[in-house]
This record gives sequence, structure tokens and C-alpha cells, in this order.
Amino acid sequence: MGALESILTSPLGRRAAARAGLAEPPVLRRGRVLPEGPVLLADLPGGGVARATLAALGLPVAEPLLDLPENRAADERGRPQPPRYELRPGALVIDATGIREVAQLELLRQVLRPVMKRLADSGRVILLATDAATVDGVEARAVAQAMDGLMRTVGKELRGGATANLLWLAGGVGADDVGSTLAFLLEGRSAFVSGQAWRIRPRKPGDRAAPSGPAGASARPFEGRIVVVTGAARGIGAAIARTFRRDGAEIVAVDMPAAGESLAAVANGLRGSALQLDITVPDAGARIAAHVARVHGSDAKIWAIVHNAGITRDTMLANLDERRWASVLDVNLAAEMRINATLVDAALAGGLAENARIVGIASTSGWAGNKGQANYAASKAGVMGLVRAEADALAGRPITANAVAPGFIETDMTAAIPFVQREIFRRTNSLAQGGQPVDVAETLAYLCDPASGGVDGQVIRVCGQNIIGA
Amino acid sequence: MSTRQAVIVGGNRTPFVKAGGAYAQASGHDLLTAALDGLVARFGLAGERLDEVVAGAVLKHTRDFNLTREAVLGSALDPHTPACDLQQACGTGLEAVIYLANKIRLGQAAVGIAGGVDSASDAPIVVGERWRRALLAASRARKPLQRAAAFAALRPRDLAPVPPGVVEPRTGLTMGESQALTTRRWGITREAQDELAAASHHHLARAWNEGFFDDLVTPYLGVARDTVLRPDTSVEALAKLTPVFGGAEGTMTAGNSTALTDGASVVLLAEESTARARNWPVLARVVDAQVAAVDHTTGEEDLLLAGRRAIPVLLARNGWALGDFAFIEIHEAFAATVLATIAALEADGVGTVDRAKLNVNGSSLAAGHPFAATGGRIVASLATMLAARGPGAKGLISICAAGGQAVTAILEAV
Repeated sequence: MGALESILTSPLGRRAAARAGLAEPPVLRRGRVLPEGPVLLADLPGGGVARATLAALGLPVAEPLLDLPENRAADERGRPQPPRYELRPGALVIDATGIREVAQLELLRQVLRPVMKRLADSGRVILLATDAATVDGVEARAVAQAMDGLMRTVGKELRGGATANLLWLAGGVGADDVGSTLAFLLEGRSAFVSGQAWRIRPRKPGDRAAPSGPAGASARPFEGRIVVVTGAARGIGAAIARTFRRDGAEIVAVDMPAAGESLAAVANGLRGSALQLDITVPDAGARIAAHVARVHGSDAKIWAIVHNAGITRDTMLANLDERRWASVLDVNLAAEMRINATLVDAALAGGLAENARIVGIASTSGWAGNKGQANYAASKAGVMGLVRAEADALAGRPITANAVAPGFIETDMTAAIPFVQREIFRRTNSLAQGGQPVDVAETLAYLCDPASGGVDGQVIRVCGQNIIGA
Repeated sequence: MSTRQAVIVGGNRTPFVKAGGAYAQASGHDLLTAALDGLVARFGLAGERLDEVVAGAVLKHTRDFNLTREAVLGSALDPHTPACDLQQACGTGLEAVIYLANKIRLGQAAVGIAGGVDSASDAPIVVGERWRRALLAASRARKPLQRAAAFAALRPRDLAPVPPGVVEPRTGLTMGESQALTTRRWGITREAQDELAAASHHHLARAWNEGFFDDLVTPYLGVARDTVLRPDTSVEALAKLTPVFGGAEGTMTAGNSTALTDGASVVLLAEESTARARNWPVLARVVDAQVAAVDHTTGEEDLLLAGRRAIPVLLARNGWALGDFAFIEIHEAFAATVLATIAALEADGVGTVDRAKLNVNGSSLAAGHPFAATGGRIVASLATMLAARGPGAKGLISICAAGGQAVTAILEAV
């Protein structure tokens, strides 16, 4: 901790920082914890899927207040104010899947205005819209896209750790397809996901997974399922392994042989197993499968593989030689591609299950580029391309491929960034703080949920709505 | 004959580290626990109750009377896993494997772990005999005066600690001094010893570089490779070292003798059908074993050549010759021990050891020799090599031990 950091984290320094506008960031609600306060449902004309989904999740809903002229009351200075929630709502779910006209967007404004200053801490605004690509007519497509700008602004204006996100639903999506996503967004698991939009489509034929269970702490979606996590010896990888284990998974922790000691500690602590493996060796996929078969039996299959292993070899492109270039591309992108290509072989003992989940880790650096990270940014943008391509290539099988793109996450690696720079990175997002490794882990676990089969080929940023590349 | 087979499923060890190095603060208990935990993680055994864990150490504190059981309790295994200590000098690790294999074949166990540990850095230091007797007398005393009287006869020199002895009690010679006599008797040259030592380093370095140990070693305390290993050593470099044993004409140097080392190793054994039901790798079965002893006290037999007595018995019982083995592992206590053992087997008409099959992935000169951990290192590595060679491939192990003993065994890939 440097001198400046010591001063700014002292009680006096905290007060001074607060006066200078650097307020203490809100403490985010995390884990399988539902919002405090009622869940409001704005079931706009032509909607219905959100109501069915919330009912399936066992969540009671309340009607939102509407900001209509007749509902307003004047404040002490005579200015008309929107109707006021006496009990602060925990979440507002807006089902705008039937909205097709510009004039109808007013309905969204009416439900949003009253919650903007009254939403509970770590509250949620969740907008459901119809995928712009699947609606007919010029106006309908424009309106569908308009939701995106609206949601992102809501995310930036909300305070107290509240988030806003948008789900684009393809035609034919039902409650079973959306349930895991809505539960994820309402619960604390999505603490650091804000300002994001992603697509949900009907689950593929052959996806035998059960519908998502009731939301809340008791869910153990990975009970009896094998989850492979690469780079699991420490940091985000260890958090990923812990999170999947919490949700019932049998963990196979993979990391470099040199990291074996901490890898064994992670694996044993989670009653999983450890595989010491350099993922860049040509037979890495086969060795993962062999390990799974060795520990879990010849009939065992991998439910999910989390490609978390990654390295940085940062330097400006002007100084970047072929060695630093190749090592980053190989570990972060090519190895993952090779391993998946091996594991999708349905005949491989210890390979991927019939409706398995593949998840990779991209980065906001891959989204926006980053000075000194040409190799890293290329590899991470490549991961986004890879999961989209794999989703297309596996369209005929009920396997999904997705990625998360973390922003500033509090790890040993980011702790090494000089304080002022770190403080800037950390605060330049709507939640005014860095994310925790568990935030990345929770999002990966959501994507791998047996009930998340409708989410495929998507990249979800876990960045607190970072302004970089948003 | 029992139809139950005891098979090697896998192994794990810490990297071996020169005494006084990175493991200087680690106890034998710490090292053995680390080796166990690495094996448990490799096979996903956390929380599982095994039938037995057996291990031992040569240098052992009195507080470690239950070393293995305590290590099990400190590990991720189910605390209901029983354990016992066993000691057979440098043959401890292999003797532990034999003990467990026999129990498995007799139906007394289905899955267990055998191993060993030694920390030359953490060697116990005992007090002198007169000081010890005075302390015991004082502890029995009932009155302060009696207690004082217990110490009255002590002289300052009685207070000096007694370092752990590596001398043979009956000859008063150290291992090195004993081996020097053997080296001279069998005419083992300096060049031959240095060649064997250099080959050991080069073989071990190659095995490491090929990833042979990825599934056999778990790093410990930041050490990921054996630290005694000198990949770039050469016969020429070794030739420059000054002899340390055998007087002015001695040929034995620090380069062709094993270094004092810290480390632990463990081997997972199972009854074959259990291993197959769990889809575990069946690397090799433990075919047979034989211990033997020489009478070195007369000076007529060589302290470290009991292998020449054990090996012919083992071969005869199984109807095999030295040429039938794909690999031969002779523990490198000293380079000259291996060379003298080979010479003795030839002299005795037992047969010739094909040097191309000898210690092909290095042995104790390069890996180091944490006494009781050497057997587990050899068994796990040899079983892995045999499995790669394919069913029917056989391997012979010979480990010399203090007291003029040797522990030998045969493994066979199935």
C-alpha cells in the first residue's frame, strides 16, 4: 500500500475523499440472495413471458406505480413529483416484449421514473424486449433497439449498487427458457453485471435439462455434475471452482504443473480433483478427458468446461516480439479451441456431455482494445469470436458456448497496478468499484446452469457498466 | 495361490530438495502430509476413507512415533483412515509398498497408500547419555534436593548434543567409508562412477523436460523440480571434484555419492478389480519381493551389496532372468554401489545388467535420496514406465539399506 493509498483509506482520508466527490462505493448484494423489497412487474401490452417466468420461480410480484399526471403530487415547493413508493422496491421487471411503436415507449418511462430514486440498495431494473432482428417492420425494429439506449442510461443513473440489464428474447421463448436468467439477474449473483444486453432463444431440441428451480439460496443446479475449471489454482479460477462447488458441482481443477501445490489445496478443499496440465500441449483435451474418466469412471462426462486459464505479457506493440505474442495467443485462445475440438467428440470417454456447457473468458480489453495489450486484446476478442463460432458450429447439438468479459476485478494481478491508475480503473463504472472474482464466477455458473440452454453464443460483460468500450 | 492382485494405480511425491534448502523448516510430518494431499487431489480422494496408509521415516523424532497416522489426520483423507509406521532404513518406502501389497493380496485391504519421508534438515538431535540419565533421574525425583542431586555428577561436556549418527553401529564406519571399501574391493573406477552419475542427471533432466513427472510430482513450498538435479553436469565437471571417501586414493566424491535430501513420496495401491471398477489406471502389479542381509560385521561381505543375495532368490522363484526385465532400478546410494552390485551379480553368475535398461529416468544421484522416500519414488516412476511399455513389461527394483540389507521387488505391467 503506497503513501497516497494509506492516506486515502484512513478515516480522515475517507472523509476528505467523500467531500471531493469520491464517495465510498456501495456494498453490493451478492450470492443467491433475492432483493430486499418487492419485485415489481410492469407487464406491458403484448407481454406475458415475464409474469409466467416469475410465477415459475415462485416469486410474488407487485404492480408498479405509474408516473401519470393525475398520480403526481406537488412537493413543498409546488413542483409535481412522481408517485412515491412507501416501501422501496427491490426490483422492477419490465416486460416490453410486445412493444412495437415509438409512442408505446412512453409506457416504459411511466414505470421507470418512480423507481429511479426509490429502488432499494442493490436493486434491479430488468428489461425484456423482443430481439430486434426477429421483429417485422421498420418502426418495430427501431423501437426494439431503442430499449438498449434506455437501459444503459438507467444503469448509469441508478445509485446504491443497483443495476439495469436488457434481455432480447427470440420468438417462441417461454418461461423455462428465461427462468435461470431472471433468477440470476434478480439475485446477488449478478452484482457486477450492469448495462448489459444479451439474447435468449428457445432451448435446443434435445436439451434434457430440468427447468430452473425456485430462485434463492437452496438451488444446487450442478449437483452430481462434473465441471472442469482451468487456471483453478488461485485468483478468479479458484473463485470459479468454489462457486460451482457451492452449487453442487464435482470440480476438476486444472492448472500448470508448477502451480500444483495450491491446485491440490483448492481441489482437496472442494472435495474435487486436481490435474496438473500445461493446457498448450497438443493432447491437453485428451488428458482432461482421461483424468475425468480416471477420477469419475469411464461413463462420466463433463457437464461444463470453464476456460479460465490465461496469461498476460504486456508491452507496447512497438516492443512486442514473436515470443510474447505467441505465448498469449496460444494459452488464451488456441489452447481453448483445441481442447474444445477434442472434447466435443461424443464418443470420447470423459468428454463433454450431450448438452454440455462451454464457457470462455474474454475481457473488456478485447472489447475496447488496451494500450500495451495487443496480444492479450487480440486473444480475448478471439475468445468472443470463438464462442460465437462454436455456438454456430454446434447448432445441431444441445451444447452451448458462451463467454464472460470481465472488467476491473480485484485480484493479485490488478492489485499490482499503481494506486492512482488502479483507483481510476476501479471507479470508472456505474457501480464506482472493482468487481470481485466471485462476480465473474457467478456469471459463468449462470451460463453453465442446466436451465440456461437458451443462452448460446453470448458474451456477457462483468464490468459494473465500465465506460471503456461500452 | 490367491487370485487377488495388488496393483500400482499412481503416485505422488514432493520435489526432492537438498538438505538445508527450501524445506529446511518443514518437518517430516509436513512433507508426508503434502505428498498425501497431492495424491489425494490427483485422484479426487478428499474425504474418502482408505483401508490403510503405511509409511515411515529413517530420521525420526520421538514425537513422531505415529508419524503416518498424524499425517493422515492432517491430510484431506477421511480421518477414519487407519495408518501405521514402518521402518526398514533406506528400504522403508519399498518395504511399505510390499506390506500393503501383501495385505491387498490377502484380502485385508482393497485400497491404500504406501510411502515414506525423510528430512535430513529436520534430523532429531539427542542429548548425551549422562545428561539423558540425569534428566530421567530428575523427573523421577520427589524432592528438590533429590532433583538437584540428579544433576550433581554432570560435567560440562555431558551437555553437548549428540548429532544423528550415520555410522554402522557394528563397524563404526559411515556409509561412505563402508562403500569405499567395497569400491576398492570391486575395482570400481572413478571414471565409471562419474559416468553413471552424469547419466543419472541427464536422464532425470530429460524425464522432467518430457513432462514425465507432471502426474508424479506436486510442487511444495514453491519448489517445482528436484533441486539436487544438475542438468548440465558432465563427466568432465564431475572429474574435477575432490574425493571425500576412501582416503588419498579415494574415487568417491560428492558428485557420485547421494546428497542429504528432504522429501516425501507416496504410492496408491489397490486390488486390481477395485482399481478397474473405479476406472483407475492399472499401471503395474506387484509380482513378488525379497529382502536379504549380508554379514558385513566380519568385513568379508559388503555392507551395501545385499542385493546380490536377494535378487537371485527373487529371479529363481519367478523363473526369470535379468534379461527378461524391460527396466532395472538399482538405487544409487553411491554410483559405486550400483556398479559393484552389477559386478557382483555377474561374478555370481546371476547375469548381466543391460545398462540401457538401468535407471533410465535417473535415480538417487540426480533426484536426491530422502532415505525412506526413495522407494516410493522408484515404484511410482517404474510403474508408469512399465505401463507405457505395455502389458507384460517387467521391472526389477533393488534398494540397499543400512545394516547390510537390501529390499528388492518385481513389478509387471498388466
